[in-house]
Amino acid sequence: MTNSIDEIEFTDLILATGTNTTENHPVIGSKVKRAVRRHGAKLIVIDPREIDLTKYADIWLRQKPGTDVAVINGLMNVIISEGLHAEKYIEERTEGFEALKKVVEKYTPEYVEEISGIPAEDLKTAARMYGSAKSASILYAMGITQHTTGTDNVKSCANLAMLCGNMGIEGGGVNPLRGQNNVQGACDMGALPVVFPAYQQVASDEVRTKFEKAWGVSLSGTPGITVTEVPDAVINGKVKALYVMGENPMLSDPDLSHLEKALKKLDILVVQDIFLNETGELADVVLPSACFAEKDGTFSNTERRVQLIRKAVDAPGDAKPDWQIISELATKMGYVMDYSSTREIMNEINELAPSYAGITYERIEKEGIPWPCPSTDHPGTKYLHKDKFTRGLGLFHAIDYIPPAELPDDEYPLILSTGRVLYHFHTGTMTRRAKGPSERYPESLVEINPADAEKYGIEDGKSIKVATRRGSVEARASVTGRSPEGTIFVNFHFREVAVNLLTNPALDPIGKIPEYKVCAVRIEAA
Amino acid sequence: MDDKILLTIDGRELDAKPGQTILEVAKEAGIYIPTLCYYPGTTNVGACRVCVVEVEGARTLVASCCMPVSPGMVVKTDTERVLDARRLVVELLWASGDHNCLTCESNGNCELQDLVYRLKIEEPRFKIEPPGYEIEDTNSMIQKDMNKCILCGRCVRVCNEIQVNEILDFSMRGSHARVGPAFDADYIDSECYFCGECVDVCPVGALTFKQARFEGRPWDIEKVRTTCTYCGVGCQLDLNVLNGKIVKVTGNSEYGQPNQGSLCVKGRFGMDFVNHPDRLTTPLIRKNGELKEATWDEAYDFISEKFTAIKEKNGADSIAGFSSARCTNEENYLFQKFMRAVIGTNNVDHCARL
Ligand code: SF4
Ligand code: SF4
Ligand code: SF4
Repeated sequence: MTNSIDEIEFTDLILATGTNTTENHPVIGSKVKRAVRRHGAKLIVIDPREIDLTKYADIWLRQKPGTDVAVINGLMNVIISEGLHAEKYIEERTEGFEALKKVVEKYTPEYVEEISGIPAEDLKTAARMYGSAKSASILYAMGITQHTTGTDNVKSCANLAMLCGNMGIEGGGVNPLRGQNNVQGACDMGALPVVFPAYQQVASDEVRTKFEKAWGVSLSGTPGITVTEVPDAVINGKVKALYVMGENPMLSDPDLSHLEKALKKLDILVVQDIFLNETGELADVVLPSACFAEKDGTFSNTERRVQLIRKAVDAPGDAKPDWQIISELATKMGYVMDYSSTREIMNEINELAPSYAGITYERIEKEGIPWPCPSTDHPGTKYLHKDKFTRGLGLFHAIDYIPPAELPDDEYPLILSTGRVLYHFHTGTMTRRAKGPSERYPESLVEINPADAEKYGIEDGKSIKVATRRGSVEARASVTGRSPEGTIFVNFHFREVAVNLLTNPALDPIGKIPEYKVCAVRIEAA
Repeated sequence: MDDKILLTIDGRELDAKPGQTILEVAKEAGIYIPTLCYYPGTTNVGACRVCVVEVEGARTLVASCCMPVSPGMVVKTDTERVLDARRLVVELLWASGDHNCLTCESNGNCELQDLVYRLKIEEPRFKIEPPGYEIEDTNSMIQKDMNKCILCGRCVRVCNEIQVNEILDFSMRGSHARVGPAFDADYIDSECYFCGECVDVCPVGALTFKQARFEGRPWDIEKVRTTCTYCGVGCQLDLNVLNGKIVKVTGNSEYGQPNQGSLCVKGRFGMDFVNHPDRLTTPLIRKNGELKEATWDEAYDFISEKFTAIKEKNGADSIAGFSSARCTNEENYLFQKFMRAVIGTNNVDHCARL
């Protein structure tokens, strides 16, 4: 997030797109609702699904799935043609405006209506609302990123914010909401194929030299491959061994049958986790780890705030914290790691990751600190890009709309969108073992619009079969207006209804994110 | 700023900001005024009247939670008249409910119990007449016993004003007044999102955490503050621990950010997995197609030999690692260090994209 969580409650306008925040980040959802109900903020929701936030919205734009770039270009078209853009800000702090202006010219409200189904008048109303707000916060999540045009979608959000001078100010910015406790931290720590901790490029000689000196080994400058590229690399024989810590790709990754084939082909698969999950069942070695309540350490939340976790109970049996397991394995392999506590590891991070340099355990004992925090006397950074963008001038990206990779046709006439529900988390390994949440949401349901239900002879609560080119699953239907006509929604929490058997592994060329929000699907009563 | 307001509370000269209430100023100054219906961050309703104080020149006692300070105000918080009024309120509350602390889950963590003691009430001067409601026991998360409800309305206000889930409200009037979801439905039959905030703020034993029932008294329980392991909000919470087991989860609002004490259903009621019998307790190695228990040394040797052999034969880039958005920063740091420094590849990633 460029802003802090707290700022959401006190901004003038919130534009929530591709984020079902009341279910996926409920405490942030409450802040959005408080902003509206108690502090008079305006709320624009852009989402194909009738999510709870639509009840609180001043205006809800229900676009066809995957048409986000067109919609945002349309908003910008109206803002520019009505002169609502922030001319001074654009001139002083950004570049590339002319190119942007040229591209969005053709995205008139009428043209955007053709693509997205959003009435031209509604688009205009929303554009005027956003364009005239003093400070506006854009919130987005996987509904924006999980598309083959995910990177374009994200850049479009940034374009819109900069166009109105809504970036680098209190309450104004672009705020991706992270779905998992430490996605932010995993990225910050360099669990990415192209960067060391704090986004320092592996390809840079200078950076590599620094890490070579600190770690006492020579390092590779060849960028690695992403999670989503691994299955093909295994099938092609390039990758022979895989070490998986605390993840469950056998439910979370696209096109599971293909992935299973790949995992079975490996010479060795090591899985380190708290439960024997679907991936662990295919492993050659399984290592038992301690869970969050059984160890010390830090998580970085979605607003970049680094916060402590503390050991409250003992781990069961021989299970150990992941940091201990990694250290012991490294030592066994001839590279000594002899950390006696997580605090010692953080000291090393302070040395090597400039944005974490000032974040010590002592300082975050009471309250976490949001990075960048370059020194121990720095208070941390509440919102990014104040006065100046990280790269200097903010860059507009002129982007054209590209349709999703797989669209409905005669054989697969509907769209399948996937996501989460309030009561469960990711692949369900934890929440499905929790009594309360499972009582409230005991089984996977396929959400389907009443009109589609009628068309395909499907009854509420009755079993249906859902199939794509890649596979099929069965589950009970929930007939509801939450799903727009022509689109069904399935969550990915339940192994019995492993929706990722169905999803399209087509990737965004830059972000390498699979298109979970749109693929073509067929349904029938089962 | 010089628009300070000067006033006197219990003989102490204090300054206040315009718009502050007597209660707020007293709290800041460390002067004790009891409260029941008051809850920070919600509307002050002045319903319970235990926070009454004497204000010089005012004919009646005033509810300090609702009364803004004014220049020169002289306030007394512990005169006999004030204490008598508070006693009357507390005795009425006591007598109108079933406050049998022996079996109450909130014993030792109850604001009514504390007040009775603090106000030195031996027994209520009114006949104890509990309303005789049935205890609501239809879900596994929240237990609701309206016989203990003091109608302070905190639950209603946090549900509507803090969580903005808009589930709870008062129903009926007078002596039949109750709180609950619309149409007096049970929690499980309502639209309730089970964030549990209403339970967290209930000052008595009317709303309690079902799974904590008979699991331990508050004075035996240790609270360990930590960060929620589910979504990216990173809520600060207290794991309430007894005998190595998480008994319940309460919100932590000590320092505010990022959640000001609020939680959602996952952070609140999603921790059963920690103690679950399915947890892995020992390393496993596949032998003849089956995963068999092994020691840590056997497991490390097995992995180390395989990884080393593959690296020698096919190069470091034939090994890949998935780190985790679920693990700590320290662990992610070590994992990428392991892949880069020990294995020698940049094939390290995690499921941020999924
Ligand atoms: S659990 Fe949450 S949503 Fe349900 S009634 Fe209580 S405060 Fe409202
Ligand atoms: S249930 Fe608890 S919080 Fe709600 S009104 Fe009754 S006593 Fe107050
Ligand atoms: S309590 Fe809920 S909102 Fe808060 S971090 Fe946990 S999952 Fe997220």
